[in-house]
Amino acid sequence: MIAGLYIDGTSPLHRAGAGIKILAMIALGTGVFLIPDWPVVTVILTTVLVFYPLCGFGPSVIWAQVKPIFWLLLIFFAVQLWLNDWQAGLLVIARVAAIVLFASLVTLTTKTSAMLASLERAMGPLRPLGVNPEKVSLAISMVLRFIPVIATVASEIRDAQRARGLDKSILAMVVPLLIRTLKMADDVADAIEARSFDPDETAS
Amino acid sequence: MNTKDIVYIALFAALTAVLGLFPPLTLPVTGVPVTAQSLGPMLAGAILGARRGGLSIVLFLVLVAVGLPLLSGGRGGFGVMIGVTGGFIFGWAISAFVIGLLIEHFWNDLTVIKATLAIGFGGIVVLYAIGNAWVAVAADISYWQATVGAAPFLIGDAIKVAIAVAACLAVRRSYPLISKAR
Repeated sequence: MIAGLYIDGTSPLHRAGAGIKILAMIALGTGVFLIPDWPVVTVILTTVLVFYPLCGFGPSVIWAQVKPIFWLLLIFFAVQLWLNDWQAGLLVIARVAAIVLFASLVTLTTKTSAMLASLERAMGPLRPLGVNPEKVSLAISMVLRFIPVIATVASEIRDAQRARGLDKSILAMVVPLLIRTLKMADDVADAIEARSFDPDETAS
Repeated sequence: MNTKDIVYIALFAALTAVLGLFPPLTLPVTGVPVTAQSLGPMLAGAILGARRGGLSIVLFLVLVAVGLPLLSGGRGGFGVMIGVTGGFIFGWAISAFVIGLLIEHFWNDLTVIKATLAIGFGGIVVLYAIGNAWVAVAADISYWQATVGAAPFLIGDAIKVAIAVAACLAVRRSYPLISKAR
């Protein structure tokens, strides 16, 4: 299994329901675009930042969230400074930083299992639209199971192609990986059907 | 949708995650990183077709959203997805769907040129249209400025289109799935 990005803690945000946090995230993401006013957005960003120590996360956690977009934010600020003024630049970077930091906060304080459980609950009402929660759950558990399997297959193929002197060729890597994945999919589907799994037959 | 379709969808979502584990190449001169992961949507669309290919990328994105570090470089969670380059990530699902539609359309007499058109249109034109629009809104710049900013990444994506075309044609000969589905 792959570990999620969750960091354990006991803060109110850790204990809040996954659904509420996701709704808050959507509200914040929409809000900062509806109010194109730099002092307001800066206040929102500061509020989001205050939540990090409240959840027990230090500056290194904040930096880890900002680092991947840091240069992009600097470029955006420079572009706005050149086209408009520094207030416009501040608005853009404060807006993006507030969204990214709050969204990361939701990810850091919510277990993957809690997230998946609220996803399954949210799918219930979609059943009339043709969404089948049993099928989605099957698919999700299969992805988690098969990532390590396919990663192993990929490294086997890499070794085999290295022995042939083909380790620089991406195509010599991708085609066998695809064929073996498809072959594996056929075997897995046969195995599931041999165990009488019928996703169209609802359990209750 | 039968069991086999669900397994194909799940395994291509897993494959896309595995492609993210390969270390990125850095292009000379420009220093733009090229990851193998964006091959995932191209291959899913070109090999599974529109519906299954699109859904497998949707499934992959759902798992990224719930907090699994499946994007290349071990990234994941909502922060990355709704950040500045979120359009390029959400766009993958639409890109895979469009590639699938075109490949299905050309399936019976698929040539290198037609496959390149299909994967190039879905994987570059459609993806960049969505991704650049997202960047333009997030950074408050014009669509044209966002397009210029994204241009250095075109080289890497052109290479990936070429790989996906070759892989799609090879798999079509040895393990065709789309004709069976129709």
